[in-house]
This record gives sequence, structure tokens and C-alpha cells, in this order.
Amino acid sequence: MSFNPVEQAAKQTPPAIARRVRGLSDKAIAWLFVGPTIFLLLAINIFPLIWTIYLSFTNFKANRPNREIKYVGLRNYERILNDADVWLSMQATAHFLIWTIVLQVIIGFALAWLINRKFKGNDMWTTIIVLPMMLSPAVVGNFWTFFYQPQIGIFNYVIGFLTGKDPSSFEMLGSVDLAPWSIVIVDTWMWTPFVMLICLAGLRSIPDYIYEAAEVDRASRWRQFWTITVPMVLPFLMLAVLFRGIENFKMFDLVVQLTGGGPGSTTELASINLKREAFEKWRTGYSSAFAIILFVTVFGLASIYVKALNKVKER
Amino acid sequence: MTGFLKGIVGLRRGAWEMLATVIIALGVFMLMQPFVMWAYTYSFVTTLVGTVMFIIVSHFRD
Repeated sequence: MSFNPVEQAAKQTPPAIARRVRGLSDKAIAWLFVGPTIFLLLAINIFPLIWTIYLSFTNFKANRPNREIKYVGLRNYERILNDADVWLSMQATAHFLIWTIVLQVIIGFALAWLINRKFKGNDMWTTIIVLPMMLSPAVVGNFWTFFYQPQIGIFNYVIGFLTGKDPSSFEMLGSVDLAPWSIVIVDTWMWTPFVMLICLAGLRSIPDYIYEAAEVDRASRWRQFWTITVPMVLPFLMLAVLFRGIENFKMFDLVVQLTGGGPGSTTELASINLKREAFEKWRTGYSSAFAIILFVTVFGLASIYVKALNKVKER
Repeated sequence: MTGFLKGIVGLRRGAWEMLATVIIALGVFMLMQPFVMWAYTYSFVTTLVGTVMFIIVSHFRD
């Protein structure tokens, strides 16, 4: 007796439902399956977006829900785009975004290139390198604040050992010059393994015969790297940059845990500023406009990036 | 350059997407640059125009 799971499932359908479904067209059944997902997507993603756009044109305050909501036109946008503090938070975000991506791509690719070689303990090293990525940002932020302690922190001790400086002579999290770099270091430490994994997937997808053909043509290692390895890993690398770029544009938890946006507002990224406006000052309309500005920026960047990615893949 | 201009006049996707890309990139740069406040003020409008243009022109023929 043959066992057909589809037939079995059909037999288990209650007769009342079976009768009702039998009368439906294929298209209707397809909608029946897809409908709940579309409804959830609309409810969770699209509705809040439209509601945020609406709120961005009002003076709504979430802590005073009974107050009359007034339409204020583009005033919220005007105020944000003429606010020097918001401008500074955008610059802090740009510094964080650019440096984390540059460092993660360089170190991640180098690590992937090294791990891709066959050597003893390869798997063990891969696991060790990937560990930071698996930790919670709250935990990472917490223990890096200890690492950065001027008196007892291991980071200050190592830097002091390497440079001959007194470890307690500098404070990574308390200094205006060093704090922006301290968050870059921690994010790079945590997320380089992610870039490494994606690059590793790219490197492992290159067939050996391409290198063998290059060897036959007497291409040097340097030439092979630039004409085979880099172009074939590029789509993967671009994907990693896209993911990290979007994530770091929205970076919040790690930085709040490390510096809380300080000292002053030197590490106050756009998302931290937004959270303060929304849930400390309760300027919901204003923060909705801020959120829309960030959304349009990320959406625009992601659009051109996806286009570039498709072009690279077509080559 | 002539090809690009021909594409713009002939409503070709490639040329218009290129233009939209440049406008978005300019808008993002204006938003995050540390030099002049007026560029920051007009950054959002620039990015928005570029993004909307990108969505529309991606439906043009090749």
C-alpha cells in the first residue's frame, strides 16, 4: 500500500470544510492562504508607517492622548531641519556608519580569506571568531564598559602596554575625542564576524578550476586575487555592507549601553536623539517627522544600493 | 554624456535611474556633512525627490 501524504491530509480534512473549499477557484484558494500574511503585513508594517506620516504633520503628544490634535503642516520638518543638535547627531551617525563599515569590511574580508585556507583547527577558530556576534548587545555594552575602565579595564591596560602610556591617563568613554571611536571599536568587534561569514560564503563559492586555469596561464597570486577573488566575492561583500549599513543607521542598544549618547552629545546617534524626543520629551509629532526623515534616507540609500548590487551580479 | 542626455530626453530607464541615484546620494551627503547648515536644511527635500523619482523611473522602459 503506497503512502501519499497529500492524499492522507485531504482525507483528514473535515467534510464540511472540504465541501466548502471544493467550490473555490485556484485563485481564491491562493488568496485564502496568502491573505492572513498580507493582513499581518499591512497591520504590522504599512499601517504604522501611514500613521507615523499622519502624526508627523500634527502636534500630537503620546503622554497627553486626550489633548486636541492640531494639524501643524510642515512645521515639525522645518524645526528638525533647522535644529543644530539634530544636525550634530546626523554627523555622529555618519562617523559611526562610515568607520564601522570600512573596518568591518577590511577585517571581515581578511579573516574570511585566512579562514578559507585549509589548516588544523579551522573549525574551532571559525567558532571562536563568530562568538561575539551571538551575544546580546546589552551584554556586550555592559562588559565593554568594564574593558574601558581607566583603572581596571583590560582595554586600557593593553593600550598602555603597547604604547607605554599610563592606562589611567585616558578614558575611552568619558573623552569627547575618544568616545566616538570607542563605539566604533565595540561595533566592529561584535559585527566583523557577520561580514566574515558572508565573505566566507563568497570565497567558498568560487570553483577551484578558475584558479587552476589562472595557474596554467601563469597569473601571479596578486593578479588572481584582483581578477578572480575580489570580483566574485563583491556581490556578497555588497550584501554584507547593505545589511550592516541599514543596521548601523538604526544603531541604538549598544551605544546606549556604552555611552548613553555622551559625553555631552558626542555619541548621540540619530536613533538615540529620536528616542529622547519621542519617549523623554514626548514630542510624538516631532519625532514622527524625524523618523520619516530617517526612513526616507535609508530607503533611498537601499534603493540605489540594491540597483548597484543587481548590476554587479549581472556581470 | 551624449548617450545620457539622449536617454533623459527619450525617457530611458538607465539614464533617469542614474540621475535619481545622483540626487539621492547628494541628499544623503547633504544630510550628514559637517560643513554648511543650509545644505542640511535642504537635504531631506533632495533625498525625497530622488527617492520618489527612483521609484517612478524604475518603471520606464530600458
